[in-house]
Amino acid sequence: MVKKTLIPVGPYHPLQEEPELFKLYCEGEIVKDIKWETGYNHRGIEQLSEKKTYDQSFFLVERICGICSTSHPFAFANAVEEIVGVEIPDRAKYIRSIIGELERIHSHLLWVGLAGHFLGYNTVFMWAWKYREPILDLFEMISGNRNSYAMFKVGGVRRDIENAKIPTIKKTLEQFKKKNDLLTGAVMDDPVIHARTKGVGVLTKQDIIDYAAVGPTARASGIAIDVRKDDPYAAYPLVNWKVITAEKGDVFAKAEVRLLEMYESISIIEQCLEGLKKEKEGETEVKVKEIPAGWGTGHAEAPRGEVFHYVLSDGSNSPARHKIRAPSYTNIATFKKSCIGQTISDATISLAAVDPCYCCTERMAVAYDSKTGEKIMNGNELIALSANKTHELKNK
Amino acid sequence: MNTDEILKNIQQKFGSDVLDVFKKSETRAIISIKPGSLLRIVDYCFKDMDLRFIIATANHTKKGFEILYHFSYDNNGLIVNLHVILPVEKPEINSLANMMSGANWIEREMHELYGIVFLNHPEPEKLISEGNWAEGVYPYRRDFK
Repeated sequence: MVKKTLIPVGPYHPLQEEPELFKLYCEGEIVKDIKWETGYNHRGIEQLSEKKTYDQSFFLVERICGICSTSHPFAFANAVEEIVGVEIPDRAKYIRSIIGELERIHSHLLWVGLAGHFLGYNTVFMWAWKYREPILDLFEMISGNRNSYAMFKVGGVRRDIENAKIPTIKKTLEQFKKKNDLLTGAVMDDPVIHARTKGVGVLTKQDIIDYAAVGPTARASGIAIDVRKDDPYAAYPLVNWKVITAEKGDVFAKAEVRLLEMYESISIIEQCLEGLKKEKEGETEVKVKEIPAGWGTGHAEAPRGEVFHYVLSDGSNSPARHKIRAPSYTNIATFKKSCIGQTISDATISLAAVDPCYCCTERMAVAYDSKTGEKIMNGNELIALSANKTHELKNK
Repeated sequence: MNTDEILKNIQQKFGSDVLDVFKKSETRAIISIKPGSLLRIVDYCFKDMDLRFIIATANHTKKGFEILYHFSYDNNGLIVNLHVILPVEKPEINSLANMMSGANWIEREMHELYGIVFLNHPEPEKLISEGNWAEGVYPYRRDFK
């Protein structure tokens, strides 16, 4: 009988909504089964939100995800504004979209960097994270924070982007575009990256539909779903842009979608900045005095896919029920399809491909499971396996 | 298909299983259905009308356990919410996870938080309360006394 090796991945992933543990059951090099555990740090945010006022809940939902911190307030605002039936000023719409797209750029860069790191390509990692810095500086200039910007509120945004700041944002984006050309070229034209990512972790269209996967994960398999196009909100119907898709469904396709999406984001921001110039400074919100009884379903396209919020209001100043679904909740489950049958070194990048930000594979010092006697590999060994495969390919 | 056609299709096909249809706007609608008809209606929505499963929301109200199954028709941005009410004494409903894997986790989560039983679930293991929660304690249940 072949002895299965258990490889735990987790349980702590600070870049994800929640810590979680993947158990990869392997026979030799091949992943045969995956089990998933979570709940290590159940924060009870849905219930917490029911005990806070709508204004306070914005700060709460902003802290669900540390990377795409605006996507949850975006969806929450859409849901609550649907209950109120309020139309926000165009200036606020443009500002919301600018924040959303800047966030998409920095989140995608973070992923590209991490993907490079997992493949043993630390040059890509260094480049991507270096180019991400000026984007975070823009956030600091606009909101005072590099992350968790606290820009959203019911009826508009908390802070204006003054017209005087527009040239700085434009200049930073122009500089970034050139750097992104370099980065995109480095990733798309590299034969070793092709060898490591093409045909790896493939998700078919049917897998995507079955698992209800969203965002770049779905678009890389040829399913052109994007909330910004399908159910337009904020300033997205006011600007021209296209949904990026790829057909192959492998890790390379997911990288391709994300890299090309950044160009669309730059274009959206530039158009929004032009739009801002036409609107009067300071008109960034309509006053909402009370939230009537009713329900609202708001969704927004986060960097990882659709964020969905359902809010039930009983007419009081806090939600009676608040359901939140982050995109990773459906995307992570696709691991069952993308990883089983892969080698362990490819499983690393397949797990990372849906952008669950799986950088922290620590707390795995145990060598053997005392009950079953199964050998347990630690996180560093796992990353080293993946890096070694790249080195071998390079040296061929 | 536009919103009216989708709602009309479901209403005509399932007749008395559909208790109420409320169109809130061109892109939002809620359909109340009998719990027993869930599998048939979802099968039609998911396979024949290509609605995408988003997620399900459970809620404990005075009427019982309410579940909203959120579906999206991405061609026109419509979100259809299928609404069922289950009695508190016997909160049981068929699992959708055999039809679509996307429902697997959320049903397990609703079971752990509310104690709703999903019949014929293919993987009825614990999802978020593995190892450290007491049996039979459902933290999201409310106290209406």
